[in-house]
Amino acid sequence: MGAEFVPLTLPPLVIATLAALACAAPGNFLLLRRQALLGDAISHVVLPGLVAAFLLTGSTAPPVMLAGALAAAALSALMIEAIRRSTNADPGAAMGATFTTMFAGGVLLLELSGASGTHLDVDHALYGSLEALIWLDATGWSSLLDPAALAGLPPELPQLALITAAVLATIALLWRPLTIATFDEGFAATQGIPVRLLSAALTGLTALAAVAAFSAVGSILTIAMLVCPPATARLLTDSLPRQVGLSLLCAAAAAILGTLAAGYLPLALGLPFAVSAAGAIAATSGLFLALAATFGPRRHPLQGAA
Amino acid sequence: MLDTVLNALILNAGYNAALVGIGAALLGLAAGCIGAFVTLRRRALTSDAMAHATLPGIALAFLVMAAAGGDGRNLAGLMLGAGLSAALGLIWLDRLSRTRLPEDAAIGATLSTFYGAGILLLTVIQNLALGRPAGLDSVLLGSTAGMLRGDAIILALGAAVTLCLLFILRRPLIMTAFDPGHARLMGVNTALMDRALLLLTLACVLLGLHVVGLILIVALLILPALAARLWSDRMETVALLAGAIGALAGYLGAALSVALPDLPTGPAIVMITFTLFAASALVAPGKGLLAQAAARARLRRALPTGPN
Amino acid sequence: MAGPTPIPMPETALAISGLTVAYGSVPVVATVSARFPKGSMTAVIGPNGAGKSTLLKAALGLIPAVTGEVRAFGDPVARAMPRIAYVPQRAAVDWEFPARVIDVVQMGLYRRLGLFGRLTPGLRAQAMAQLDRLGMADFATRQIGALSGGQQQRVFLARALAQEADLVILDEPFAGVDAATEAAIIAVLHGLRAEGRTVIAVHHDLSTVPAYFDRVLLLNRRVIAEGATAATFRRAVVAEAYGHQLLTAIPA
Repeated sequence: MGAEFVPLTLPPLVIATLAALACAAPGNFLLLRRQALLGDAISHVVLPGLVAAFLLTGSTAPPVMLAGALAAAALSALMIEAIRRSTNADPGAAMGATFTTMFAGGVLLLELSGASGTHLDVDHALYGSLEALIWLDATGWSSLLDPAALAGLPPELPQLALITAAVLATIALLWRPLTIATFDEGFAATQGIPVRLLSAALTGLTALAAVAAFSAVGSILTIAMLVCPPATARLLTDSLPRQVGLSLLCAAAAAILGTLAAGYLPLALGLPFAVSAAGAIAATSGLFLALAATFGPRRHPLQGAA
Repeated sequence: MLDTVLNALILNAGYNAALVGIGAALLGLAAGCIGAFVTLRRRALTSDAMAHATLPGIALAFLVMAAAGGDGRNLAGLMLGAGLSAALGLIWLDRLSRTRLPEDAAIGATLSTFYGAGILLLTVIQNLALGRPAGLDSVLLGSTAGMLRGDAIILALGAAVTLCLLFILRRPLIMTAFDPGHARLMGVNTALMDRALLLLTLACVLLGLHVVGLILIVALLILPALAARLWSDRMETVALLAGAIGALAGYLGAALSVALPDLPTGPAIVMITFTLFAASALVAPGKGLLAQAAARARLRRALPTGPN
Repeated sequence: MAGPTPIPMPETALAISGLTVAYGSVPVVATVSARFPKGSMTAVIGPNGAGKSTLLKAALGLIPAVTGEVRAFGDPVARAMPRIAYVPQRAAVDWEFPARVIDVVQMGLYRRLGLFGRLTPGLRAQAMAQLDRLGMADFATRQIGALSGGQQQRVFLARALAQEADLVILDEPFAGVDAATEAAIIAVLHGLRAEGRTVIAVHHDLSTVPAYFDRVLLLNRRVIAEGATAATFRRAVVAEAYGHQLLTAIPA
């Protein structure tokens, strides 16, 4: 790790880690609610949401982007429900139909409107562009204490830090009702827990996390961060607090190892380039899951009661 | 511009455009018919995971063919790689499903892990400068711009073979989808039928690589089936209708993208398919939204209000 | 304050009037009206698909009703919810959920705890006491997925008991449980009735209706009959709900 580590590797590393944490936390509850693919759907529909918000306002300011993503998530939820009701289709088909259609709509909007060129473009959605988030003002570790250099941090970084903190804090705040409603929604409703609101809040948090992750890994790889770390943790423990903790650990580890491997492994192999960090992070989180599915102490389904 | 679109629609925009339009229509036909069975058997998202899982195989096949001095973009070679990698994805999905994880999580994890590995390999290809990256990009969202005559012939033959197989297997497939337990009693090997259906689906994914792309192909499988289901309750009719809807969408989308080169083919086809679905959901007799609203209103009027 | 002697009329714990529930445009239960007196123990019986679970869920507002009004203890049911405990069907939840037995019982304390309320030693002891009542104290730290069906049902009932509710509504509490569990559950339910609380349960085993319940509500998409078990649970009446293929266990 030479002098270029701080300006070129550290910012993507931190951004990827924050995004992974923001996704993994709500991902735990999606997993237990058997809504893991709601995360899939939301990560796809973030794209049309961002594009539409940009086209309507001409701005890529975070609140605008967030509003667009939330609106798209809400629209997709309505669409899934409408398709399910009108066709009696299984939820999987309704979801698959909705998110592919909305993703296609997002791509069309981007290509036809000429909005490409801002950080919103199709390649970004497909590949992620972690490598582009660099900190040119930094000269070395000392820059972390230099206010002038810190001012030149990629703006995504402080935004993400804020979003990640908000997501984690909300989950902590709602822990008790969220747990009860996830285990038994009917019972939760009789306890005065606003289950629909809570469900919408979880969707909102997921959308927030997906917007955060979009700037790091793009649309499609967001699903890796939403699903893989919680799934890995689920195979390791039977305690919910421990599961959430382990999933955050897995998420951070995948982000850090993936970014470093993408940057340095090809060089170590004698290849003069780096590969996609977003792809490497997804592959790493999949590798963790593979290990847990093979050796995890809680990998087997319970046999006891049916 | 309207002229170019019209010309493309009536197969009058040149030999290549006609080829692309017919190829896409055949793909839509196959995907629609097979999608009706996929949806009935509730394998929609499994096929999405399978489609995404083709990417690392495609990239590796490209690398191998280029390293061997051949054309990295050879369609048959890419399809072979994609098929192997999709099979690996399905095996992995099956393994994950045997843990305590719910099936949807297993699907999401498989999809994203394989896609991530594929993206990683695509950047290797870009960096090695083994070819214009655009050549492989088209497998993600489809692009008929570079379609060759040979590709169109593979597409047509593939669709024909797939549809024949589907026709032969239609009875056991329907029985398996409706009630696997009963089907087994009747001597149907349901595990084999499930594998056959996945294989047919994989064929659609592979045929659709350059037309719709692997990210969106699932829409061309599901949407026509959902739309057709609104018009009919008979499985054979649903499958045929779905095929017709898929063919129409494929044809229109491909023709439009030939006329308007900025229009990516896959998203165009998907949006047209969705439009056909939405129209069906609105006006289909019995199950359409309009018919349902009328039925609800009748029920409300028929009920006495207040305690009885 | 000494008022006039109250008229000895049984108060109503739950009153349903004109309730209609539909899935899509198909009505599942139509214009159901029923009254459950305070301190009574009612079996809701009827054939499969009669709408028993649907009726109770709609009465609690868990699924939307097309028309109708539901009152509990004289208030709209939404306002009376703190006095009502609901025990869903065992199959309604995923028993692989990462939680221990005691965690589930403590969920019944949510109204008292809220978001941040501290789980005091007193409340912990309260939850343990409910488990003990059902003979499950030794299982407190067991993973819920490791329980048998009967044990799961007891945990569900313990969670409801922790609420200390005046009205307990159970959806098929005896479905798929062993005889020991059935005896333990019915003892606890009879205990609740002795304390003046009201119990309503969807029930399937017609042979145990007279022994377990003092009232029945016979349902088949509409109310067939409603009243004291001795007067209502008659072969001719039940036959109307079930369609004439019947057990001889039922009095003529």
